[in-house]
Amino acid sequence: MSSSTSSLRLGRRRADRLGDVFLHGLTAVAALGSVVVLGMIAYKVFDGSRLSFSRFGLGFVASRAWDPVANQFGALDFIYGTALTSFIALLIAAPLSIGIGLFLSELAPRGVREIVGPLVEMLAAVPSVILGLWGILVLGPFLAGTLEPFLHRTLGFLPIFGGDPQQTGSGYLTASIVLTIMVVPIVASVSRELFLAVPRDLKEGALALGLTRWEMVRGVVLPAARSGLAAAVILGLGRALGEAIAVTQVIGTLTGIRVSLFQSGDTLASRIASQYQGASSALQVSSLVYLAAILLVMSILVNILAQAIVRRFEFQRIGAS
Amino acid sequence: MPTATSRLYAVGGDRRLRRRKLVNRLMEIAAMTSALLAVAILAIVVISVLQHGIGALSLDFFTRSPQPFGVAGGGLANAFVGSLMLVAVATAMALPVGVGVAIFVTEFASRRVAGPIRLALDVLNGLPSIVLGIFLFTLVVAAHGQSGLAASTALAIVMLPLVARSTQEVLLLAPASLREAGLALGAARWRTIIGIILPTSLGGILTGTTLAVARAAGETAPLLFTSSLLASNDISANPRHPLFSVPLAIFELSESPEPADHAKAWAASFVLISFILVTSLAARAALGRSRRKLGRVG
Repeated sequence: MSSSTSSLRLGRRRADRLGDVFLHGLTAVAALGSVVVLGMIAYKVFDGSRLSFSRFGLGFVASRAWDPVANQFGALDFIYGTALTSFIALLIAAPLSIGIGLFLSELAPRGVREIVGPLVEMLAAVPSVILGLWGILVLGPFLAGTLEPFLHRTLGFLPIFGGDPQQTGSGYLTASIVLTIMVVPIVASVSRELFLAVPRDLKEGALALGLTRWEMVRGVVLPAARSGLAAAVILGLGRALGEAIAVTQVIGTLTGIRVSLFQSGDTLASRIASQYQGASSALQVSSLVYLAAILLVMSILVNILAQAIVRRFEFQRIGAS
Repeated sequence: MPTATSRLYAVGGDRRLRRRKLVNRLMEIAAMTSALLAVAILAIVVISVLQHGIGALSLDFFTRSPQPFGVAGGGLANAFVGSLMLVAVATAMALPVGVGVAIFVTEFASRRVAGPIRLALDVLNGLPSIVLGIFLFTLVVAAHGQSGLAASTALAIVMLPLVARSTQEVLLLAPASLREAGLALGAARWRTIIGIILPTSLGGILTGTTLAVARAAGETAPLLFTSSLLASNDISANPRHPLFSVPLAIFELSESPEPADHAKAWAASFVLISFILVTSLAARAALGRSRRKLGRVG
């Protein structure tokens, strides 16, 4: 009888050990799987662009052609559009988001904070296709009818506001504003976290020295959060670079490089998206994949840069405390 | 004894103080205005969708398929069925893998192994979703044609990092005392994880999954190259064929010059945004509650 219980116990122990190994293995496969998926994405996207790469080489990046009839393709127009719209979006979004972060962390009373904070995050939950629809039908006409003529009248001597506003309201400016709306909630919520993480005694010490709230923010909060803010803005950049749908809806999807923000253009992501109903040749398909490969490299670089900054920032904080 | 110069200083100091207070006030107003602006934009977008969308809603909109070009009427029934199917299949793929990754990272992996996996998840999370569409296009669609399954796989890759990260967070919140109690009773590690840790964290995992579902339901870019060329407008839920979807319908209708199509796009947006805002608000509320509950146990 005692031998049967001990063998039972032995069996149980073996089952336990097998179970441990099994669960460990199963979850390890899942973890490895997600790394493999990332590798496969990179491999397939580079592999798919091989035809175009062998034809145009790295010169693709600097070529302005996008001509399916002559079978000539290049990415420069779209890189320009991506850089321009993302830059303007960040130019507007960065101060705005930092302002929101400061309001939520330093100024707003608790009740207001608990309502406004989630509302700002809700903005991030609005699907890009709906923001794009709103961009074409509401924002575009407003820009074309009101804001663009105003900018043209008052600041028309600047080339970016030169040229007559278009009737449709689709163009670089509309795309940049839609991107701003997508980037703000991301940067704002990260900045709020950063500002809240600044030690309270530092803030109170500054106020006790007789500084005003703004001087405290400028002297204590912003310097302490500086690198984190840089990372947050870079994460926002990653979002702006890769947005395809909303930009396709509002930018006008036109090849070419135009200085005036009122004009139509195209970005890497929106060029890919706008060609989904079929490309005419294998070379064109491969060139679209090439555009995706450029986008992939950009977004991975941006991500790793942001990670590196965050990591350094964490070390600094640990070192300081 | 106040001299002339010291009084001058006092006056100058007073003026400087007033200027400092003014700058402070201006900055406070600027910060408040930024927050107001963000809330106002959300309100304007939501109100636009409500205003234009509600009028175009009807029973036909939910129960009938689109009519051929030029024929009035019809609905988006096939898009609703297709979206449900696409997101359901994507969730079935992303949920077990995501939870598995989270268990591995929090329970088994050493720091050296966990780091690269977390990095990979962050990079996956940062990938533009159009790139995922292109990935599935080169992987499957180029050889075998479009299918709902390909689109669901792309959506699953969108969801995976979200599910994995939120699950990791709740697993880390599970109090160490629970884990130690399980082990002290002689339970094996896997029994402790499956029997104690996972059930404690279930609420948080479901919340994270709900947020991921809300995100996937609104994604358009991964569907463009994988599930956009329909053979017919019949209502179908077969994931081996391309399935229509709500975001794609909005995208296509928004590009149309017809005002009647715009009305349908607004109506579809109304349904989609209601679904997303309600699910993510509910998930957030539940998340807050479960965090507080776990906090109390610990």
